[in-house]
Amino acid sequence: MKVIILGATSAIAEATARLYAGEGAELLLVARQPERLAAIAADLRLRGAARVETALRDLADDGDVAEAFVGFIAALGGIDHVLLAYGVLGDQKAAERDPATARASLRINFTTAAAWALVAAEALERQGHGSLVVLGSAAGDRGRRVNFVYGAAKAGLATLVEGVAHRFANSGPRAVIVKPGPVITPMTEGFANRKGLMWASPETVAAVVRRAADRGGPVVYAPWFWRWIMLAIRLLPTPIFNRLNI
Amino acid sequence: MSWGRVLRARHAVARPHWRDELPALVGEGAEAGGKLLAIGLRRSYGDSGLNPDGAVIDMSGLDRAVAFDPETRILRAEAGISLDALLAILVPRGFFLPVTPGTRFVTLGGAVANDVHGKNHHRAGTIGRWVRRLGLLRSDGTAVELGADDNTGLFAATIGGLGLTGLIAWVEIEAMPIASAMMEVETIPFASLDAFFPLAEESDGGFDYTVAWIDCLAAGGALGRGLFSRARHAATGPLAPRKQRRGSSLPFDLPGIALNQLTVSAFNELYYRNGRRKAGRTAMPYEPFFYPLDRIAGWNRMYGRRGLYQYQSVVPPDAAHDATTAMLRAISASGQGSFLAVLKTFGETPSPGMLSFPRSGTTLALDFANRGASTLALMERLDAIVREAGGRLYPAKDGRVPAAMFRAGYPNWQAFARHVDPGFSSSFWRRVSQ
Ligand SMILES: Cc1cc2nc3c(=O)[nH]c(=O)nc-3n(C[C@H](O)[C@H](O)[C@H](O)COP(=O)(O)OP(=O)(O)OC[C@H]3O[C@@H](n4cnc5c(N)ncnc54)[C@H](O)[C@@H]3O)c2cc1C
Ligand SMILES: NC(=O)c1ccc[n+]([C@@H]2O[C@H](COP(=O)([O-])OP(=O)(O)OC[C@H]3O[C@@H](n4cnc5c(N)ncnc54)[C@H](OP(=O)(O)O)[C@@H]3O)[C@@H](O)[C@H]2O)c1
Repeated sequence: MKVIILGATSAIAEATARLYAGEGAELLLVARQPERLAAIAADLRLRGAARVETALRDLADDGDVAEAFVGFIAALGGIDHVLLAYGVLGDQKAAERDPATARASLRINFTTAAAWALVAAEALERQGHGSLVVLGSAAGDRGRRVNFVYGAAKAGLATLVEGVAHRFANSGPRAVIVKPGPVITPMTEGFANRKGLMWASPETVAAVVRRAADRGGPVVYAPWFWRWIMLAIRLLPTPIFNRLNI
Repeated sequence: MSWGRVLRARHAVARPHWRDELPALVGEGAEAGGKLLAIGLRRSYGDSGLNPDGAVIDMSGLDRAVAFDPETRILRAEAGISLDALLAILVPRGFFLPVTPGTRFVTLGGAVANDVHGKNHHRAGTIGRWVRRLGLLRSDGTAVELGADDNTGLFAATIGGLGLTGLIAWVEIEAMPIASAMMEVETIPFASLDAFFPLAEESDGGFDYTVAWIDCLAAGGALGRGLFSRARHAATGPLAPRKQRRGSSLPFDLPGIALNQLTVSAFNELYYRNGRRKAGRTAMPYEPFFYPLDRIAGWNRMYGRRGLYQYQSVVPPDAAHDATTAMLRAISASGQGSFLAVLKTFGETPSPGMLSFPRSGTTLALDFANRGASTLALMERLDAIVREAGGRLYPAKDGRVPAAMFRAGYPNWQAFARHVDPGFSSSFWRRVSQ
């Protein structure tokens, strides 16, 4: 099993990589901070990965995405699964005031992620098998005042991945968008009271991500109950929705 | 909240994931008025992992293995890694932890900071004896590397130092070779405390692991009856760990009534009879042997909302028989039995830490449902017996030891205090040192 992870320093990605390592998989980890990347790679080797390669890259740089992805595949000698995990929550208030901040968030969470997803889809289609799993967010299901710029990017990414899954329908490869609810990771560090049923651990989400690479989709929630919560939120009539502080 | 659930406190908690985040966090945390404390997976019962009104660095996000060399057997890891993760790395390669406590959901840093002991204390001593080097971050901004060759005393203060000498960032520990993930286990019932001591002495010679469960509600001639268990790593068998599913979990607190004298006494009776029936030799994987409680996630909730007190003492060899008898009598008379009364003899190997709990003698570990004043009164009676015998209590399991009792049991405490980092503190330390 050969797996490429884009944004390998994400807590959810690292927890997922440990599951792959436990299966003896071969991994290529892509991230932009060399020491952190090296720390994860060493750990995954000890946790059972057959091989761990690393590539340093700012993933928001989409200059030569197609060539870079070919390089990743060559470094690993093939691909079975691709996990696209990087993203930033960003500052919603700043994005409302400052178009450059909004653009940066949309660029990282949507524009460049879409580019990587599309080149990965090409590679999978060409070889006729493999899975593309992308981390979206429940926040993309209905725009809410607390995080709608981030949510809009994740909504766009979800639609893109759904489209890739549609393109793959009735052929070998698969594409899945995984939409977590709130997760206790560095992205949400500083949020008040990260406890209770609404908050998942990276390990819980990782188990869903790992399973999504094998079956199910094209839209998977993590944990599963967010599908029904988000359905209810989408169905709320606007006057009621407007009164809620969520 | 600490694992015993009796002591609850609020903190400002940081949860770093990366080594490069630590220096700044230690600096800021120590500047904040209430001082700083690093914690692991919070499996300590008392207040040594609490720092109310201060800052806490939760190390469980720094959980990566760094390197392992099968030749030197040295494994290096970030301090927040769990013993569970270390076992998953070591066992398939034919190695084991040199020392393990009764749960594998503790961090390496937490295990070092309490200089934990296991059922093999008579052979291996404490975990601190197997620590080859460690990295300590101090509030003055320095990062020190310490090993047994350190002659400043800081290494000896940090082993078993309850997190008070600084933040342990990483640890190098020497692993122990094994041939199989299986254990050969023998269970021997004994009818009274008098039978325990010769059994322990005979077994410590030929078995790596020894421990006894005691029915502490039995009285009179049956006082101290129990089941003695002795074991070694099997010489043959598979190394691949069998994935142990967590059996069940207690998601909520049972009403306190669930653990009254009747249920404990009925449980103990059944457990003893069952053990007697099944006595003899068996082979089993290492997990159920070392970690029976880990199969019931959240078992501490069995004690209800008021939580439990743990009480673990050690008394010197000369006093062991009489003091243990006196303690069991006091417990039996009070009717406040515990499910998990455990008796073990510690070996002669000196502990490397200034505040290490283990010393040669006999250790008795108990847990009591918190029934308020009557439970505290019982523990005070036990305190008197332990103190009289020249023994001491285990801070990892304690939220109430009086300062005088702590100081009497740990005569090195003042030498230790000189190594306490001025930016670090805990409820426990304030309670016993001020
Ligand atoms: C079911 C059960 C069985 C047990 N059996 C045994 C046993 O057989 N033998 C035994 O010795 N103990 C036993 N214990 C106690 C347990 O091993 C110790 O309390 C252990 O220290 C807990 O580790 P932790 O990671 O949960 O640390 P915590 O409880 O979070 O912290 C413990 C102490 O370590 C310090 N600390 C933690 N991490 C760091 C760090 N990185 N740097 C500096 N200081 C740090 C904290 O400040 C605190 O003082 C048992 C506990 C349970 C719940
Ligand atoms: N945590 C949640 O509550 C939650 C909920 C729903 C969805 N998600 C999604 O889950 C995914 C993983 O997030 P997480 O929770 O695991 O948070 P995380 O640990 O903060 O991970 C985010 C990762 O993205 C990386 N990244 C950001 N910009 C990058 C860039 N330009 N180039 C390379 N890497 C970049 C970050 O690396 P650097 O450290 O180098 O910046 C970081 O490793 C994200 O897509 C997130 O949107 C999270």
